[in-house]
Amino acid sequence: MSNYTSAEMMTVTAARALQNGTTCFVGIGLPSEAANLARLTHAPDVVLIYESGTLQTKPDVLPLSIGDGELCETALTTVSVPEMFRYWLQGGKIDVGFLGTAQIDRYCNLNTTLIGDYTEPKVRLPGGGGAPEIATNAGEIFITLKHSKRTFVDQVDFVTTLGFGRDGKGRDGVPNIGKGPTRVITDLCVMTPDPETKELVVTSLHPGVTREQVQEATGWEIRFADQLETTPEPSGKELEILRELKERTDRHHAGD
Amino acid sequence: MTGPEPVSGPFFCGLTSEPILFNLFVSQTSVHIANIGIKNDSVERGKTMAEFLSLHDAVARYVEDGATVAMEGFTHLIPFAAGHEIIRQGKRDLTLIRMTPDLIYDQLIGAGCVKKLIFSWGGNPGVGSLHRLRDAVEKSYPHKVEILEHSHAAMACAYEAGAAGLPLAVLRGYVGSDLPKVNDQIKFIECPFTGERLAAVPSIRPDVSVVHAQRADRKGNVLVEGIIGVQKEAVLAAKHSIVTVEEVVDDLGATPNACVIPGWAISAIAVAEKGAYPSYAHGYYPRHNRFYKEWDMIARDRDAFNDWIKQNVLEAGGES
Repeated sequence: MSNYTSAEMMTVTAARALQNGTTCFVGIGLPSEAANLARLTHAPDVVLIYESGTLQTKPDVLPLSIGDGELCETALTTVSVPEMFRYWLQGGKIDVGFLGTAQIDRYCNLNTTLIGDYTEPKVRLPGGGGAPEIATNAGEIFITLKHSKRTFVDQVDFVTTLGFGRDGKGRDGVPNIGKGPTRVITDLCVMTPDPETKELVVTSLHPGVTREQVQEATGWEIRFADQLETTPEPSGKELEILRELKERTDRHHAGD
Repeated sequence: MTGPEPVSGPFFCGLTSEPILFNLFVSQTSVHIANIGIKNDSVERGKTMAEFLSLHDAVARYVEDGATVAMEGFTHLIPFAAGHEIIRQGKRDLTLIRMTPDLIYDQLIGAGCVKKLIFSWGGNPGVGSLHRLRDAVEKSYPHKVEILEHSHAAMACAYEAGAAGLPLAVLRGYVGSDLPKVNDQIKFIECPFTGERLAAVPSIRPDVSVVHAQRADRKGNVLVEGIIGVQKEAVLAAKHSIVTVEEVVDDLGATPNACVIPGWAISAIAVAEKGAYPSYAHGYYPRHNRFYKEWDMIARDRDAFNDWIKQNVLEAGGES
């Protein structure tokens, strides 16, 4: 199978990261696409939870917003937003938080707040939403985003959401905190934090992608694992299901 | 005996003794509330049901210039009709609270109603930026808007604490985030039992909360269904509340554990058919996702926005 886009490669790889039976707190956009692809392929019993309070939801089309009616109608149950954050997330019931971001640095700190100075921002971004507490209260964090120098920066302008802090030690000695980011999946590669330093290391290149391409799209000198792997290609089945899902979604959101 | 014994004797409070018990309850509650520093006028005591008002009159009575207003609804049941009425009445200097400002606050900010915004995620869901919010923050257009931003978890807890009559909410949050550096309303406290460092934020106590719901019965009891967000917490946390509803019915049709807000806990009910459009009302109409996408183009441009507000809000009348 070689007829696929880099965006499809990213989504399929991100989906494969989720195991069947996992409870996953899902961010909107790319994470939601990946999580639902996982549910429709190898992980039919993955439990998808959105911050709007929809618990164990099985949407037929991807939601445009975090609170689309589809999420509620296909959920096992829908709880209030305080209950969602207090009982289900803070209470330790979430295995994986799946997040996107606008900026990420070498220690997986995420910025979704702004570009520039806080009081006089160049670009004002939406803000933290659920991410600051998802990142610390879920068992571990997967992150998926497109790879570019705009997104992969040496220092994020603002730490909205903790990865491992500016020095890689932000979680050390903090009680009751999750493992934090364990993998970052882009349209070029898969990265994991170094077990000691927590700095991101490329562990797998997508087929046809070179080290130079990854370095070119990264705002710092990125490290590569000694045993650099090639990410397995998407299967025909995965691509078919993903494309059908996206077609259904586009048709649905184009209507009134 | 096949059933329980009828309750009688000293355990049975007949009709005649109810008022006494009720007074006792009110009196104890008042003492309790006084102890935690909440103004006694924060809850209208002795009310038996919400007042049915037109949307115009409800906004005119309860939303004052300079007020702190929470208009909630987590993507679902966003009270757009009420927001438009606030714009039409030219309210100014509002402090607006909302987890996700969404298009409704983009419109209020662009229309110049807002002095300060307290929020936790300010985007157009699934589409991109709220351009009127950005223009206000980045370029002070139409004027500068002060912002105070939280995370969702903190705001959800703060609403809950407001409803519970507490001065603060405590959560395991903001660990390693820069948000506490730019928001002086985020502090850290030590758990007196375990020593764990926890985040604390003040509870949310709006002057008025405005929410939309599917329906009310003729006594003003309100049923909220679907994604219930922080609707109930917002109403109970506020001094006054306006609930707009799709319709008024004889029977709410609520199941025992449904999210029902009693009429006596609400200040005013106003009927606003399609009052959450272009967001949605579960069981009534779907979210108009295409409009959310179209809003991106409208809100990017100051003139296009002002024209839209003129045609669709200012000149669209609303009810009297």
